[in-house]
Amino acid sequence: MTHVAQPLGGPLLTRGYRVLLGMAGIALLLIAWRFAAGLGAVTGLNDGYPWGIWIAFDVVTGTALACGGYAMALLVYALSRGEYHPLVRPALLTSALGYSIAGVAIAVDVGRPWFIHRIPLRPDLWNLNSALLEVALCVMAYVIVLWIELAPVFLRRWAAGGETGFTRFARAATRGLNRAMPFIIALGILLPTMHQSSLGTVMVLAGPKLHPLWQTTFLPGLFLVSCIGMGFAMVVVESSLAVLAFGRRPETPMLGRLSRAASITVALFLVFRFGDLAVRGQLGALFAAGRYSLLFWLETILFVLPALMFLRATVRRHLGALFGWSCILALAGALYRFDTYLLAFDPGPGWSYFPAAPEILITLGFVAVEVALYVAIVKRFPILGGPSARSGRVEVTA
Amino acid sequence: MSVDRRTALRLIAAGGAAATTTGAVRGDEAPAPPPDAVGLLYDTTKCIGCKTCVVACHEANELPPETREWGDGLYDAPTKLGSRTKNIIKLYRDDQGRESYMKEQCMHCVDPSCAGACMIGALQKREFGIVTWVKDRCIACRYCQVACPFNIPKFEWDARDPRIVKCELCRHLLARGEKPACVRVCPREAVIFGKRDELLAEAKRRIDSEPGRYVPKVYGETDGGGTQVLYVSHIAFEKLGLPDLGDQAPSVRARAVQHGLYQGFVAPAALYVVLGAVVLRNRKRIGNTDEEDDA
Repeated sequence: MTHVAQPLGGPLLTRGYRVLLGMAGIALLLIAWRFAAGLGAVTGLNDGYPWGIWIAFDVVTGTALACGGYAMALLVYALSRGEYHPLVRPALLTSALGYSIAGVAIAVDVGRPWFIHRIPLRPDLWNLNSALLEVALCVMAYVIVLWIELAPVFLRRWAAGGETGFTRFARAATRGLNRAMPFIIALGILLPTMHQSSLGTVMVLAGPKLHPLWQTTFLPGLFLVSCIGMGFAMVVVESSLAVLAFGRRPETPMLGRLSRAASITVALFLVFRFGDLAVRGQLGALFAAGRYSLLFWLETILFVLPALMFLRATVRRHLGALFGWSCILALAGALYRFDTYLLAFDPGPGWSYFPAAPEILITLGFVAVEVALYVAIVKRFPILGGPSARSGRVEVTA
Repeated sequence: MSVDRRTALRLIAAGGAAATTTGAVRGDEAPAPPPDAVGLLYDTTKCIGCKTCVVACHEANELPPETREWGDGLYDAPTKLGSRTKNIIKLYRDDQGRESYMKEQCMHCVDPSCAGACMIGALQKREFGIVTWVKDRCIACRYCQVACPFNIPKFEWDARDPRIVKCELCRHLLARGEKPACVRVCPREAVIFGKRDELLAEAKRRIDSEPGRYVPKVYGETDGGGTQVLYVSHIAFEKLGLPDLGDQAPSVRARAVQHGLYQGFVAPAALYVVLGAVVLRNRKRIGNTDEEDDA
């Protein structure tokens, strides 16, 4: 059968939704304070730890969690697994939202965001050795690509109705986009391949400040493979949440098959991770006492357990189990990124960092905005496929 | 192999143009110090910890005082480098209880990580190999701070329009033919200014002329790819807070990765062509889903 995506409909301003808006409002006020009083007033950042949770979570982890669109595009369009197509559009939406919010987070984090436009607009100044430049350019481009990939969803709704200039434009744009789409989709695979790996390269330059269990010239490869695994995991997580929150018909068999793809990427990641440590002669450090080996093993266990569980048919048939283990896998990738950017980063004696309360509230505000926009869009636009299993239950508690 | 003079000039001009547009070293080779490199030589055996250089640095760079309350008094007393302190004298003690003063400021690396990090070249090695910061190019992403192995660049955490602050070897004084402020005021010539190669020769001369007085090594000659600020010391360098970086700059490895993946943009372009072809073919096979939705 074909999966026809439909708007969910239903009221928007539920109680849960008001909570989200409240969180966003608090974050907005704190951001105003940050721009009035400087970064030191709202963050725990310092000269030893110049990057905190806004970079490690909102940007580095946030974009990796938003790799569902990338992972699904790889699977459906590059590997020709058309059966997963119904999962592409919701994944693209969370990707577009995740990357857009990461972009906003960067603008809040950098000290002089009013000069950000110089990065794309002044190629004569580009330092092509800077991995961060590559990340910045690719992320900016990918945000645009993601919204273009989603554009037909919005255009179709706007194309409906009377014969006005706007509807004619929407129809023409839909036709044009449809022709260009293969090349846009290819760009939507190329750009994350580039910047998700470059997010690893960024920390190569931290040199001896990053612990040897994480510091390797193979960081780009490890970041790339793990972001694909996180992408698959997040598609399962989001689909399960849609079942819970919106009463969608469970797509358990499809998600079960998808979880096996996640297992494969995790296996690949672990081969690279341990292979790299062996080549660099760092395997001994795994058994050294202290918090670094502990963090490493925590990461590894969080990767291994879900990958093994996804091999069991009982887990693959059970939506709750798939959801839980996918959350663990996403957590594993998140911890790997937190370790690389914060926990295994040591600028030397005398420095420490813990996020300040306003810093955390701003991050929570970003998450709230992301969820709020997702809920609003799936209620008003055709994103989620398949009929509702429990008709009438569209009330959301976000 | 002989290169005629015209070719050589063209190469120099091309190299100069490349250096001014990106300020970056290409490829994974380790650069040599620029021919006009200047720097400092600090000798721990000569420093008496008077901190005159700290005050002079403040004055010369028009930095506000680093105020601190102790008891009922207010002091201008920085304890470490910061957005108001580009130069500091610290006291270190080794395991045998031997003490040594230590002067910290930007090392002006031969192959600086901060400049390798900087997206649009706010931090670059410019005249005399001095690592300088240009406000107009800085978006204050602070990647330079993450990258610097010496933790030198500082950020104005309480500013609305924050700057990156670090020692620029008093380049405004050099332009007037004067020496850096810290050097000018030092009563013991514990820190001296000069061309890097001459300072290096002087450092080696001091070590050789008084065997046993110094650790037999000039820190900065090759450490982290070499620095333009050099140290000779009577106690181990790691006890002075100078990291053991090996002889290779961290930026060499980072460049090797970035260039390995992106040399000439060949790999991404090839990947895009392949992806485009594959998607075009597969999308036909899957069927045009957007029309299907309309049905």
